[in-house]
Amino acid sequence: MPVIRVQNAVESLPHGSRVEAVCTDPGALNDIPAWSRINGHRLIETRTDDGEYIIVVEVVHGEAS
Amino acid sequence: MGEQRKAVALISGGLDSLLAARVIQAQGIHVEGINFFTGFCVEGHTHAIRKRDQKKEKRNNALHVAEQLGIKLHIVDIVEEYKQVLTHPKHGYGANLNPCLDCKIFMVRKAHEWVRAKGFDFIITGEVVGQRPMSQRKETLPIVSGESGANDLLLRPLCAKHLPLTLPEREGWVDRERLYDFSGRSRKPQMALAAAFGIEDYAQPAGGCCFLTDEQYAVKLTDLWRARGSKQYEMDDIMLLKVGRHLRPASRFKVIIAREEGEGRFMQGYRKQYPHLETVSHGGPFALIDGDVDEADVELVARLVARYSQGRNADQVEMAFTDLAGQTRSLRVRPMQPGEIPREWLI
Repeated sequence: MPVIRVQNAVESLPHGSRVEAVCTDPGALNDIPAWSRINGHRLIETRTDDGEYIIVVEVVHGEAS
Repeated sequence: MGEQRKAVALISGGLDSLLAARVIQAQGIHVEGINFFTGFCVEGHTHAIRKRDQKKEKRNNALHVAEQLGIKLHIVDIVEEYKQVLTHPKHGYGANLNPCLDCKIFMVRKAHEWVRAKGFDFIITGEVVGQRPMSQRKETLPIVSGESGANDLLLRPLCAKHLPLTLPEREGWVDRERLYDFSGRSRKPQMALAAAFGIEDYAQPAGGCCFLTDEQYAVKLTDLWRARGSKQYEMDDIMLLKVGRHLRPASRFKVIIAREEGEGRFMQGYRKQYPHLETVSHGGPFALIDGDVDEADVELVARLVARYSQGRNADQVEMAFTDLAGQTRSLRVRPMQPGEIPREWLI
């Protein structure tokens, strides 16, 4: 599931890094932004490109609620 | 001021787990959520990929619940470990391939491990005595507590008054008088409690949250195991069982044909892992082949897929077949006629 892969990637990345998720499941367009809000990370961009859904998240450590 | 106590709530995305967490939050406990991904969760995924389900919100309800509660949600991938639960359930299956009791024990055990690793104090679930025929009966709730190893660290806020005291209650971290005595299958008490908390937007408890309770899914999974000669599966297998029309012309391979555009797009994500077919001369579905095929099989599959294309009544349909090496070639085939597709192929 895309949101789990983003979660696992973010855990090991330093503050300020960016993760770009390229997905075929349109549900990721909601899941990853929701996960980012819950955990205090910053959603940079969501877009659809040729049937793929691309979500970019910036890692925020230490500010999460 | 006493020490801030911390609980982890198993969050499925349904109303019960939402309320259980909310009840404990209301007592000043710091609550975080945990959600287990088995690969069989209905949540979000299939709703999203099937175009006909577009009216349903494309959201993962566990994330939505966490957001409503204002809590963190830890999503834990248990796909590999869950295989043992599914293939060898100590307490057996429910009506289909749902090992509900073993599943609950396993998830509470994992939550207990998490609690110990993270320094949390106890575990919350939304279980209600008498609500589910397999895993939420008066006889089985103690089995979940005991076999998971959580014992009295497991608190069920919605039916706690029917159950023995737990550690959080004995220690006074939680006031038992402010817990509940729900029982049975009625949803009215939960709906009333939701209203009391001002919660209006929650997942409707219809159809279950797990594909393993679905009869048609269970038939497809049983077919997969029979064809492979053992109860084995990989993540890709169980994801693809959720989509498409499955037909097995021979024991060594089956064909998965997209039923609509959303499924086709999702299945194209697997195009590098499976041989596949596309309709070239007409509008038609994308199809994957799972298993070993020879030249004759490819032609047969092409005719089968052409049957589901807009060229079904044409003399010939042009198909493109791509093998595992990525080599694509064209075939011109006569679409199968309805009488040519044996019923036993349909899974």
